[in-house]
Amino acid sequence: MRADNASAQAAFAKAADYLERQPLVSNHRPLSWITQHVCQIVEERAPKWWWILTIVFGGMAALTPAMLTYLVSTGVGVWGLNVPVCWAWDITNFVFWIGIGHAGTLISAILFLTRQKWRTSINRSAEAMTIFAVICAGIFPAFHVGRVWMAWFLAPIPNANAIWQNFRSPLLWDVFAVSTYFTVSLIFWYLGLIPDLASLRDRATTRLRQMVYGLLALGWRGSNRHWTHYEKAYLILAGISTPLVLSVHSVVSFDFATSIVPGWHTTIFPPYFVAGAIFGGFAMVLTLLIPFREIYKLHDLVTDKHIDNMCKIILLTGSLVGYAYSMEFFIAWYSGNPFEIYAFTNRAFGPYWWAYWAMITCNVAAPQLFWFKYCRQNPWVVLAIVMFPNTGMWFERFVIIVTSIHRDFLPSSWGYFSPTWVDITLFIGTIGLFVFLFLLFVRFLPIINMFEVKGITPQADPHDPIHHAEEKHPILASSKEVHA
Amino acid sequence: MSRSSSSLFGLGAEFSSASALLGAAEKIHAKGFRKWDVYSPFPIHGMDHAMGFKRSRVSLFSLIGGCIGLATAFSLIYYTSALNYPLITQGKPYFALEPSFPIFFELTILITAFGTILGLLLLTLLPRLHHPVFNWNRFQRATDDGFFLVLEAQDPQFHSDSSRKLLEGIGGTHITEIFQDPEESPHPVRAEVST
Repeated sequence: MRADNASAQAAFAKAADYLERQPLVSNHRPLSWITQHVCQIVEERAPKWWWILTIVFGGMAALTPAMLTYLVSTGVGVWGLNVPVCWAWDITNFVFWIGIGHAGTLISAILFLTRQKWRTSINRSAEAMTIFAVICAGIFPAFHVGRVWMAWFLAPIPNANAIWQNFRSPLLWDVFAVSTYFTVSLIFWYLGLIPDLASLRDRATTRLRQMVYGLLALGWRGSNRHWTHYEKAYLILAGISTPLVLSVHSVVSFDFATSIVPGWHTTIFPPYFVAGAIFGGFAMVLTLLIPFREIYKLHDLVTDKHIDNMCKIILLTGSLVGYAYSMEFFIAWYSGNPFEIYAFTNRAFGPYWWAYWAMITCNVAAPQLFWFKYCRQNPWVVLAIVMFPNTGMWFERFVIIVTSIHRDFLPSSWGYFSPTWVDITLFIGTIGLFVFLFLLFVRFLPIINMFEVKGITPQADPHDPIHHAEEKHPILASSKEVHA
Repeated sequence: MSRSSSSLFGLGAEFSSASALLGAAEKIHAKGFRKWDVYSPFPIHGMDHAMGFKRSRVSLFSLIGGCIGLATAFSLIYYTSALNYPLITQGKPYFALEPSFPIFFELTILITAFGTILGLLLLTLLPRLHHPVFNWNRFQRATDDGFFLVLEAQDPQFHSDSSRKLLEGIGGTHITEIFQDPEESPHPVRAEVST
């Protein structure tokens, strides 16, 4: 009888183990552990590697203002773009950076609305990434206007010419879309930070920290009379950010799709751009998160399951992007339009063939490795693979922009674009700026959303269903002991 | 006791877990208290119901914001493109819904976000620089792993002794009187310095 019972328990334990969901916070960490582990990153003395990286990337970031000063003081001719390729690296970089931002909003808004609880430990850093990416993105169109001191003409402010903005132009839609996106992302990020800033305030050991974090925390005290409004506000912001993030890259794609240039004039652009943005953005989230997870030993909060999930999203969106690439070709052929057919043949086999095949390799072929569990489970393999989408998404924008306009309708006005050293250095500068801002963020703000992670731990659930079930059915508790 | 009872803010009690705090809140609500609050490091599921809250009104501010945003976008585009300086570009109509839609959408979202934040700040009466609960030295754990319930002295049902017993009865520990004036409840660090 006893042996029977034991074997039944063992079988039960095996089944329970198989059915049990992997916990989102490993090792049953207590709440105070979460606070301590995340806050100490900000509170301890800056490690040596941080200083080295910050100086290196800060120096790289300084290339941005240096190149912009050179550009403005000398003239736009220092960039390689010229008729017929009037949109080149600057717009490529703009679309590249703005696309990266999208993963942050997807994680913070769409995964929130769909109740994907695993988002809680990655949303803070992804949202920070969004904001820094949009800052990098904004630089390019602002200076692309040529006479940057007139960039304020983009805003509907009465000016000496007495002419208003052309609201029928997608370029103006873009101004509104990107500035709204930046503002709302910043508000959403800050709203999520308030309770965690209060944690930092309450742990502060110096007067300065207490004052700075205290002012930023707005006097937050964790009152439930506040939480009830806070949760509603958070839900509404998530609700409006979801269509916002989908609209931003759709509007960016309108910049191209509403023109008549072969290769740009396609209806597939909005969904294709959004899928590509999420694809590239998740790759960047992983690129930033995996090293910091190792450095700060965040394995219990950002578990292998999180990385696995993100890899699956990359696989899905990468395949969507691959579908869009092939569909573009199909429609070009099916349209029977010789200009359209030429634009696509020229993309794959023309003078920019290397960019096209780099894009296909990086965006369509490389992510297929994520079908294999081994590739999703090993963080260093993941880090190696996501470097492909990071590169590939830049090439995608380059291919779309440059290959379409370098040979349009009249062969007499064909041309070939090559970047100048200023183009290249400015792009490197924005990469430096992006990483530099992220390093500052890691140092001064909590990189994990502590209050949300606490909220998904089993001990945070006041109804405690597991405990109740174990009380009712003792075999559940005893089988766990056998298993342990 | 040297402290005046008029400067008493309330009685605070600590609870061991989210579920203990939820149970306590249900009991306090059933007793008919009005001026009281619970404090936790994260929002507790079911707490709004336990405290008898109705739906948060933040959404009303969002709706008003959204309407203002849409109206702003419409009047901005219509006034500038069709009334103040009509300009023919590419033979397109001065005003039409289709090209206006992206800006309608973006400005609606933008002002909705502003309305939501404004509503949140108004309804929570934040930001504020200080609050009597911060005078309680255990309270800093409210943003770490502490669960607190505070009965305010202004509540008509509040009475120092009976309220203390009530809090003890529902499982509260470290029951402490919290004072309005920070000077009256000595700061633990400052006290050490002075003695």
